[in-house]
Amino acid sequence: MKLSGLEPLILSPDMNFINVGERTNVAGSRKFLRLIKEEQYDEALAIARDQVEGGAQIIDINMDDGMIDGKEAMVRFLNLIMAEPDISRVPIMIDSSKWDIIEAGLRVVQGKCVVNSISLKEGEEAFRKHVKLLKRYGAAVIVMAFDEVGQADNYERRCEIAKRSYDIMVDELGFPSEDIIFDLNIFPVATGMEEHRKNAIDFIEATYWVRTNLLNASVSGGVSNVSFSFRGNNVVREAMHSVFLYYAIQKGMNMGIVNPAMLEVYDDIPKDLLEHVEDVILDRRDDATERLLDFAESVKGKGKVQVQNLEWREAPLQDRITHSLVKGLDTFIVEDVEEARLAVAKPLEVIEGHLMIGMSVVGDLFGEGKMFLPQVVKSARVMKKAVAHLMPFIEAEKDENSRAQGKVLLATVKGDVHDIGKNIVGVVLACNNYEIIDLGVMVPPEKILEEAKTHNVDVIGLSGLITPSLDEMVHVAKEMKRLDFKIPLLIGGATTSRAHTAVKIAHEYDNGVIHVLDASRSVPVVSTLISDDTRDDFLKDTYTEYDKLRDGFLNRARKKVYLPLEEARANKFNIDWKAEDVYQPKKLGVHVIEDLDLNELVPYLDWTPFFQSWELHGKFPAILEDEVVGEQATDLYKEATDMLHRILDEKWFTAKAVYGLFPANTKENSDDIEIYKDNSRSEVLETVLTLRQQSKKGAGKPNIALADFVAPKETGLEDYIGGFCVSTGFGVEEIAEKYKADLDDYNSIMVKALGDRFAEAFAEYLHDKVRKEFWGYASDENLSNEALIREEYQGIRPAPGYPACPDHTEKTSLWKLLQVEENIGVNLTDSLAMFPTASVSGLYFAHPKARYFGVGKITMEQVHDFAERRGYTKQVMERWLAPNLND
Amino acid sequence: MKNITEVLKERILVLDGAMGTMLQAYKFTEEDFRGEQFKDWKLSVKGNNDMLSITQPEAIKEVHRKYFAAGADIVETNTFSSTTIAMADYEMEDYVYQLNYESAKIAKEVADEFTKENPNKPRFVAGSIGPTNKTGSMSPDVNDPGYRAISFDELRIAYKQQAEALLDGGSDILLVETVFDTLNAKAALFAIEEVKEERNIEVPVMLSGTITDASGRTLSGQTAEAFLISVSHVPLLTVGLNCALGASALVPHLEAISGNTGYGVSAHPNAGLPNAFGEYDETPEEMAAQIKEYLDKSLVNIVGGCCGTTPAHIKAIADEAAKYKPRVIAS
Repeated sequence: MKLSGLEPLILSPDMNFINVGERTNVAGSRKFLRLIKEEQYDEALAIARDQVEGGAQIIDINMDDGMIDGKEAMVRFLNLIMAEPDISRVPIMIDSSKWDIIEAGLRVVQGKCVVNSISLKEGEEAFRKHVKLLKRYGAAVIVMAFDEVGQADNYERRCEIAKRSYDIMVDELGFPSEDIIFDLNIFPVATGMEEHRKNAIDFIEATYWVRTNLLNASVSGGVSNVSFSFRGNNVVREAMHSVFLYYAIQKGMNMGIVNPAMLEVYDDIPKDLLEHVEDVILDRRDDATERLLDFAESVKGKGKVQVQNLEWREAPLQDRITHSLVKGLDTFIVEDVEEARLAVAKPLEVIEGHLMIGMSVVGDLFGEGKMFLPQVVKSARVMKKAVAHLMPFIEAEKDENSRAQGKVLLATVKGDVHDIGKNIVGVVLACNNYEIIDLGVMVPPEKILEEAKTHNVDVIGLSGLITPSLDEMVHVAKEMKRLDFKIPLLIGGATTSRAHTAVKIAHEYDNGVIHVLDASRSVPVVSTLISDDTRDDFLKDTYTEYDKLRDGFLNRARKKVYLPLEEARANKFNIDWKAEDVYQPKKLGVHVIEDLDLNELVPYLDWTPFFQSWELHGKFPAILEDEVVGEQATDLYKEATDMLHRILDEKWFTAKAVYGLFPANTKENSDDIEIYKDNSRSEVLETVLTLRQQSKKGAGKPNIALADFVAPKETGLEDYIGGFCVSTGFGVEEIAEKYKADLDDYNSIMVKALGDRFAEAFAEYLHDKVRKEFWGYASDENLSNEALIREEYQGIRPAPGYPACPDHTEKTSLWKLLQVEENIGVNLTDSLAMFPTASVSGLYFAHPKARYFGVGKITMEQVHDFAERRGYTKQVMERWLAPNLND
Repeated sequence: MKNITEVLKERILVLDGAMGTMLQAYKFTEEDFRGEQFKDWKLSVKGNNDMLSITQPEAIKEVHRKYFAAGADIVETNTFSSTTIAMADYEMEDYVYQLNYESAKIAKEVADEFTKENPNKPRFVAGSIGPTNKTGSMSPDVNDPGYRAISFDELRIAYKQQAEALLDGGSDILLVETVFDTLNAKAALFAIEEVKEERNIEVPVMLSGTITDASGRTLSGQTAEAFLISVSHVPLLTVGLNCALGASALVPHLEAISGNTGYGVSAHPNAGLPNAFGEYDETPEEMAAQIKEYLDKSLVNIVGGCCGTTPAHIKAIADEAAKYKPRVIAS
């Protein structure tokens, strides 16, 4: 196989193994993800450069993350790499599960790349299409041992799928055999499951089969999977990787993704460990797993956990308290704190002494990236328990001198009900001895400012998740200026960004508006802002940076060209309307699901966003074995599944839904979809107004609006549309409050995060039912949960407030149409957020060509046109659509 | 008439020399360039050599005749800049089809005359596809290295129009040449593959890169071998180098290509480096002496000339090449 960057890379038989650099992968590197999200491309390039300098022969680039526009990020990053000869000298591996991202990448790289990956998963037709295009672009490709049935997990299936793929590629399509790399799926061994015993040896033997029977093809794989069941025991893992590679390379594996730090030199593996590991990898004994497990304990340190348990209880008092805080153990804390209280003059000294010493250790470890958020929240839980024990004694002494480091007011802004992130920030700051005034959710600006004055706080922190909250924050900033506030304002929440803060908020208030990316940043930012020594410099630096960002943004914004609305409409997404692509729903009208069994939703849970809400980034389940956060993620996952069982067994939540399917057609030459009362189509029940993309597109690319996916009236076709709202939020708030009252923020946050996951799962579940039964246009669909998460189904369910439908006001029509409040009791706040929070609503489109897209920025012309269609004043509509306006 | 793939196994073929250098001698005026068809054109067109195929076809034919007479087996069409992208300078995007079609047609007429005269030495027309004046993988804006003035798709569409018209006009071969940015070349190859599939035909393709300076790399930074790997995914009649350097300076880079490809290899270097007045003054004998090194080392299957070369150069090269057996093509 020959590849090229600026220089050639030739994989010859004497080069026995090619290592691929994998740190420029948003799914695998938290840091890289953050840099890409923040558009810090210089630093992102530095990571790529480090890898090349560190000896990576190929660099893998992956931009698959829900929070970034993968295609744009891929193109932008590759274009920048091309301008850096010290990076672009090596070949690129374009890594994505989305074909359009792969293709976009292939269109900007002059060298011969490796594409990662394609497979028969979606059937032969898609496979053929991709292979033909790859041949035309000129790229080598990783082919996963994956077909319509699933992933190959034994020897026969690996060989069978590899052979079938190879035959189609080479014999039928003339793809060069030397450019094929099979990823034969490395799975864990020593899991205790009988069927996993042969996972490694099957891979190795299949590698040999491929290398001897499929001429010229290469074999690759992700090596760290094999040792998955020994997470936490790096001695054993490193030995397993080395042994695995030792045999796999002998049998022909010639490429792979291996973390060099997780690799022991084969010859340096102690003989006894080697024997036990080889027994497992090669499946040489029936009791190999048990023997290695036993042996692993001895390698780790004999009975380490128990010895330590005894040891730490015998340590001095301060060490015990610190230990409890760091480990998040609450078993002994009251006992130890009581001992401390008796030893000091005033109970407050325990907080300011013992507990703060412990918490500063936690803070340091967190700051250094050695502890992760879920652990810190657990530490806070212990801290709260300790303080609760001391409070009565402190109250009794009425000590006036007690003063926290500073007071921070936190609030989720008016109209928004999301508070997981805000609560986490509160906990983290409280751990660091700040007094927190938490005003809760949906707090009007007057109240925020009034309370800030009453409590004489040092900092105000605003949080929000939905886009209208951005405007609320601008409003608060303006009010602070008008009322002559002097204290800094912090901005946080999933929808906020440094760029938005720099461009839209920072200049509305002169005494400091700072965007805080996540909870871990809140502590250093607040402490810098509170200290008189550091505040001014910090603000000056931040504002200089914001000015730069703002200028850059405005320059870029100016470069974009927007079409007049009429031209954008003329360039709509053209569907060749055919009767066979339009389906009459089996169940027309509005229907309510009263109380769905939560167990039905479990298979639809998508865990990746759950970990994101805890600031652990990575894809599930790979995150469980992530080199950095894997252990923490595994612990969190365990506790989440424990709670999940309680949610199911004790039926904590009630799941309700309403959905409706209606006759509908798009109005002639318009972006409006008319929903009719019945199939006579004479009476319009409601009109769905959609926004159209206006940025000027490349040749042949349409300016899409959702209305394009419903048959226009003039086609004479009788088309349909659907709408839905699901909620699993009934019960969530109550339980979260109960935990909070018990001083257990950890579980309070956990239950909210799980509530959100259930709501998303319900949306997935209902969409499934709609496709297969209620509407019934995809009755023969058969997709795995992973495929659902990747949105491989036919039709879409865009939600108001998200990229395809950024207009939140659409929810008011939807609520009328489905009688959502009357039917299931979910209502809308002033900012049109749904309450209870764990709710999802949206529209259904069924056409095979319907797809998700982002409306992006639009011009004032469209906003005013939209205002007229909606029957709102221009000013009101401008406010709602402000985040989408192209200024 | 034998097909070129067979002929290529029998002997070293000779490609023609410079068109521009020859046309300078005619001293065409603005009016000559405009001819009848473009007499009222809104912009000045003097210097748009490609349009002479329409307005002064006899002159172009005469140049082709001189090269065939000098011993060339292949002449290139006068279409180096006949893409919508390069023609935008003269706002002549709408004439791209005519430019390519007419250029191929007149070249083919002359080739057929010569083949008829001597059927043992069949003559061929290579449709010349230049690099355009935009780069797909480099930014023209020093302050924004991520910016691109043109996309893969825009290049692909422009190259496809050109390739179709060149084939319609009777080109036997398509020659993607003077490649300074490999991404442009890949877009051209992609377009040609599309045309082949849509028309269900095979077309011999020659691909020729250009090493721009002594660093031994293309303008977009690739070494000769990396360039070779990046373009070898489609079947090529030959892959090689042209322009920019004189014949001797190309040797190490030609070796890197010749030693690593199963395709044929071509080279058409300049007549040395330009002097202080921008003129090429290497004589036919001097150039042929350097080409002899290619032949001694068995590096090439097709050899010719680029900037500054004349029928006299081509004759000297053809005489030399006739003494040698061609480089063996592996596949």
